[in-house]
Formats: sequence, C-alpha cells, structure tokens
Amino acid sequence: MSLSRRLLQILNFVALIAMLIALYMALIQAPDAINVDPSIRPAQRIIYFHVPSAWSSMLAFFVAFVASILYLVTKHVRWDIWARSAAELGIAFTVAAIISGSLWAKPAWNTYWTWDPRLTTYTIVLLLYIAYFMLRGAIDEPSRRARLAAVYGIFAFLSVPLTFMSIRWWNTIHPVIVDAPENTSKFGLSPNMLTAFMVTNAAFVILFVTLLANRISLGWAEERMDALKERLNF
Amino acid sequence: MKRYLSVVWAVLWKDLRIELRSKDIFTSMAVFAVLAVMIFNFAFELRVPDKTVVIPGVLWVTITFSGVLGLGRAFISEKDRGSIAGLLLAPVDRSAIYFGKMLASLIFILVVEAFLLPLMVIFFNTNFISLPLILLLFLGTLGFAAVGTIFSGLAVNTRTREILLPVLLFPVMLPVLMAGIRATIGFMEGDALADMMKWFNLIIFFDILYIVVAYLTFDYVVEE
Repeated sequence: MSLSRRLLQILNFVALIAMLIALYMALIQAPDAINVDPSIRPAQRIIYFHVPSAWSSMLAFFVAFVASILYLVTKHVRWDIWARSAAELGIAFTVAAIISGSLWAKPAWNTYWTWDPRLTTYTIVLLLYIAYFMLRGAIDEPSRRARLAAVYGIFAFLSVPLTFMSIRWWNTIHPVIVDAPENTSKFGLSPNMLTAFMVTNAAFVILFVTLLANRISLGWAEERMDALKERLNF
Repeated sequence: MKRYLSVVWAVLWKDLRIELRSKDIFTSMAVFAVLAVMIFNFAFELRVPDKTVVIPGVLWVTITFSGVLGLGRAFISEKDRGSIAGLLLAPVDRSAIYFGKMLASLIFILVVEAFLLPLMVIFFNTNFISLPLILLLFLGTLGFAAVGTIFSGLAVNTRTREILLPVLLFPVMLPVLMAGIRATIGFMEGDALADMMKWFNLIIFFDILYIVVAYLTFDYVVEE
C-alpha cells in the first residue's frame, strides 16, 4: 500500500472520530438554548450542523477559486482535479446548509423560506456552481474543459460577495417580513454552547479536508481511466 | 497604446459593419424586447393596481433577456464562418479583440435600450426617463456587456452553445440587476440621489472588477 493511500486511511479514521465527537457535543454536551422558546430548543441544535456546513461550503468554493487560478497559471491537470473536486463538495455542503437552514426556519420563523440575505445568497451560489458543472459537462475535450471551467470558476467566486451585499442592502431598505433573520448566527451562545459550536465547526473542516482528499484521489483515478481508454481507443 | 486602440477600433468597426448590413442581432433583440414588454403588460395588468410600479422590473428584465440574445451571437458567427482563427492569428494583443467585441455588444444593447425606453414611456403612459437613469442604464449595460462577452466566448466552445449562456450569465449578473432595479425605483419615487449612490457604487465596482478580470482571462478563453 502506498504512503498516500495510508495517509488517506488515517485521515478517514480521524474524520470519523471527529464527527462522532461533533455528534456528542451537539446532541448531548451542549446545553439547551435558554433564549429560545422551549418547544423549539431541540430544533435549535441544528445550528451545530447548519453553520459548519455553510462555512465548509465557502471554504470549498475558495479552494476551487484558488485552484482555478493555479490551473490557468500552471496548466497542470492537478489543479483542475482540485478545482472540480472542491466545487463538487461545495455544492454538497451548500445543499446541506440550505436544507438545514430551511428546517430551522420553519419552527423559528414559521416559514421554510425567507428572502434573508444569507439564504438567498446561498441559493444563488448553488446556481452558480450548478452552472459551473453544466459548463464542464458541455465540453468534451479535457484541456479545454479545464481551462474554460477555471475562467468561469474565477468569475463565479468573485460575484458571491457582491451578491450578498446587494441582497443585504435591498432588504435594509425594504422591511423584511420576518424579523431577526439578520441575527441567525448570533444566538447569544453561552460558553458551553460555544465550545460545542467550535468543536463541530472544526469537525466539519476535518470532514471537508477528508472528503476533498478522497475526491482528489478519485479524480486521479478518473484521469488514469481516461488515459487508458484513449490508449485502447475505447 | 495607439496601436492597441486601433485594433480595438478595427474589431469594433468590423462587427458594427456586419450588423449594419445584416441587422440580424438588432432586429431579433428589438422585436424580442417589444414582445417581452407586451407579455409583462398582460402578466401584470389585472393584478397590479398601478402598472407604473412594475416599470423598473420590466425595464431591467427586458434588457437582460434581450441583451443575452445579442451577446450569444458575439462569437458564434465568427466560429461558424471560421473567421475566429483569422482574428486570433493576427499579431495583436488578444485583449484588444475582447474590448472590440465588448464595445460592439455594448453598442447593440444601448441601441435597443434607446428604442425600448420611449416605447415603454408610451406603453405605460409615464415619463420615467431621467438623466441619472440613463447613466445608470449605461453603467449596468457596461457590466453586462463586459461579463456577457467573455461568457459568450466560453459558451461558444461548448456543445450547447448559446443555450448555456443565460445559465452562466444570470447568476453572476444578479448584483447589477438588483442595483439597477432598486435605483430605478428610487428615481421614479424621487428619492434623494445620495441614497442611490451606493447602488451606483456597486455597479461601478462590478464594472471595474469584471473588466479587469476579463482583461486578465480572455487569452485563456480563446486559446486553441
């Protein structure tokens, strides 16, 4: 077994442990949030899943952005694999963040959907990266696909802060129907809750790194497969 | 610098002359814009108490949708006729080709706007045209053409071609669209210009950012 394969296995194991700890912290160690209505206190624990998912997705898109730049500079296939792997994971974490956010919005604000800046921005981000993969899917030649996807990856990532700002400004002029969504991440976490919050965030970063490492090694396998197919005229 | 500008001008003039002879792009954009305004009119007529309140949305959405029609053509005709190879073989800085194409698209959309605005004034029976609005439209269209031209270059290299362009373009253009609609509402309601400044700043920042990024990345888009 090669060294990188072994490292990957260690990483997988570490991620498993980290996620188990995160589960324990989120469900058992963290106290109930006393500042929310007792009936929705169990639901409030979704914060330990929701916020880390959102952070991991942004980290993933940032990795995809940097890898896209590096691809254009170096033209090394490695960075294309990095970019597409990270973007894919970003989509997965974004979907997790949007769904868990909706599930929290229902008990907290009595609606699955609000046009809150964060929620709306995340949905646009999802569409951006779906478009990224549609672009990739519509180009057959690998090097052209990698090059054009990298250009789009740069444009897409840069638009995210602008989208967020514009939606936030839009809402500040227009009163939002549901108040408080601005404070979604300021739950007034008590020290115990903060520990759980930080641990779950760290666990999700480890999970992201592990998934990324696995996805990248899968990406290399795909490349080798394509090269073999080419050779065999398959 | 002078040589660079003359290349930009040559590409721009070439595209304008093709358009002046065929009028393909302008005709389809303009007819589409009229159709869109008609459809919006029917969509809102019975449900909205005062039709003038939907003018900002109708204006910007119509421009975006008809603009994407024209942008889609920016590289397709070059590709189909094989003239893109000639353009790229020319011993010039390729970003000059981008700026020529971008200015051509900008002019096409601005001409459609010049045609659309008076039409909407008649259809909605409200004179909402003002100097700040024209400036706003210009800045918004500049960003639209800047991003649209480079994405048109991306889309032309794909199997689905212009079908893909709106999917790529609209999520990136959202800040401009929102700022444009919001500032237009402000003008129509007579809000102070100072309140509108942040929307202008947002669009100006968008324009500068994406023109620079397009300048940096265009070489990679057309590289063969």
